[in-house]
Amino acid sequence: MRRIVAISERVQETPSTATLRFHDAPPARPGQFVMVWIPGEDELPMSLSYVGPSKGITVKRMGAASGRLTELAVGARLGLRGPYGNAFDPSPARILLVGGGSGTAVLAPAAEAARAAGGEVTAALGGTTAAEVLFADRLLAAGARVRIATDDGSRGHAGYVTDLAAELLAAEPFDAVWSCGPEVMMRKVLEAAAPRGVPVFCSVERQMKCALGLCDACALGPFHVCTDGPVFPAAALRPLEEFAGFQRDASGRRIFPRSPGERSRAG
Amino acid sequence: MAALAVKVGDLPFRNPLLLASGIWGESGDSLLGAYTAGAGGVVTKSIGSAPRAGYPNPTVEELGRCGFLNAMGLPNPGIDAYPVEIAHARAHGVPVVGSLFGHDAAEFARLAGRMEATGVVALELNLSCPHAEGLGAEVGQDPDRVREITRAVRAAVRCPVWVKITPNAAAPEELARAAEEGGADAITAINTVRGMAIDPTLRRPVLAHGLGGLSGPAIKPIGLACVWKIWEAVRIPVVGVGGIGSASDVVEYLLAGAAAVQIGTAVAFEGIGLFGRIAGELPALLDSLGFDGPAAAVGAAHAGRQPH
Repeated sequence: MRRIVAISERVQETPSTATLRFHDAPPARPGQFVMVWIPGEDELPMSLSYVGPSKGITVKRMGAASGRLTELAVGARLGLRGPYGNAFDPSPARILLVGGGSGTAVLAPAAEAARAAGGEVTAALGGTTAAEVLFADRLLAAGARVRIATDDGSRGHAGYVTDLAAELLAAEPFDAVWSCGPEVMMRKVLEAAAPRGVPVFCSVERQMKCALGLCDACALGPFHVCTDGPVFPAAALRPLEEFAGFQRDASGRRIFPRSPGERSRAG
Repeated sequence: MAALAVKVGDLPFRNPLLLASGIWGESGDSLLGAYTAGAGGVVTKSIGSAPRAGYPNPTVEELGRCGFLNAMGLPNPGIDAYPVEIAHARAHGVPVVGSLFGHDAAEFARLAGRMEATGVVALELNLSCPHAEGLGAEVGQDPDRVREITRAVRAAVRCPVWVKITPNAAAPEELARAAEEGGADAITAINTVRGMAIDPTLRRPVLAHGLGGLSGPAIKPIGLACVWKIWEAVRIPVVGVGGIGSASDVVEYLLAGAAAVQIGTAVAFEGIGLFGRIAGELPALLDSLGFDGPAAAVGAAHAGRQPH
């Protein structure tokens, strides 16, 4: 059921990303999401980046509504419904996190839960630049080992976070990989882990409207991200042509990523 | 045990439980998924001439066990992009009913021809969406326009034409009669019931569109009453929709006069597996009530009234 909450704290995490904290009683597990109503603007699906009674969402400025959300001040009111969806199972002993950009938002509370359950966590975090790497300090504070990759080489490995993930998977045994980020990145993580038999779980994002398993906006192959996900095992995702293939826009049309050539022509 | 196969007019379905329009109808995989889960057939999202994003969120408000309010705003990929989704379901043998919406008779007729070409088994004209300006119920509350649109579509296609009627009218049965006069092969009733939600703290409507439509258990009595009155008013079959979530609900609609039913909102409460569950429970329930199949129950609650 919908309720109204007031923002109690706002933290600018990176130049493009802010965390909003608010008190909200309904229990939630790491990996679940809420529908966040920005009155007069829109309602967005947001994975929880904090899951206790003082919950939080960590928002990257993408479009008009997410931009507005990142600009809200302490005291501003939001509508909430949820939490919805499934969660990461925090029981594996040795976990590799692979987070791209703001995707790390949903992995951080899962890592904290895994550490609290006695697990070992290694985090490979990617960002465009050093300032855009999210939650490295938070994960260190939780007792995780942290490796970083940046596109511009300003911090850690210069290149893709999937390079780090492949390197770690080759060098060490893991019981599970948890990933969230661009689908091209997650697809590479699936392929890297598959020959080693390490189970991978990815948090997937899609267009979301009802969040109740009715409207089909978040259809992903035979699944619905809202009720079957947002966390999916590799076995579910690998056969899907739409995973790292196409998304659907708000009308339901299939939208294929432009080729690099087209992108450069478009400037 | 009673067999479940039914016909709506001449059109056969393996059971009377169809997926309602607007639910799980955006992707071919979802249409197929509903059929695989046990639906007798599926109705697509309402498709228009061009891609339409629908309204901004919030598009849905949860009302507990009463159901949901929604104002999706007829989001759909448009008739150029949608056939690939139907083709996927048709390739697996799914009987697909193609739902359409338009502004006027000419647009409906054009869309009908395009939709028929995808291989759908019937068309369903959405003259009943309660929250779209110049579309849906705004077109469908006027019997003359219902008759005119139905007639234009009837002339444009060979497949059966169902007309989905709004309950948000003084006498929905008059709309059904107008559709019958226009050549409709069946009436679908009902669409959602106009409603809204207001947040007291924020002093504003919850749905971005303001007004929306109520679906779910709360509207079952409204749907039953509409099917009842329409059954008395027309000679073509009626497809009942509104608040169905159990085998008993299905039988109640059959008794009111529905030849088949559609199910939507209950998927949120139970998951798509409810189609298989209800299909599994229905034969024993029909048996226990003395019916040798769904057809025997259609309109049976009107006993003693004029024969249909």
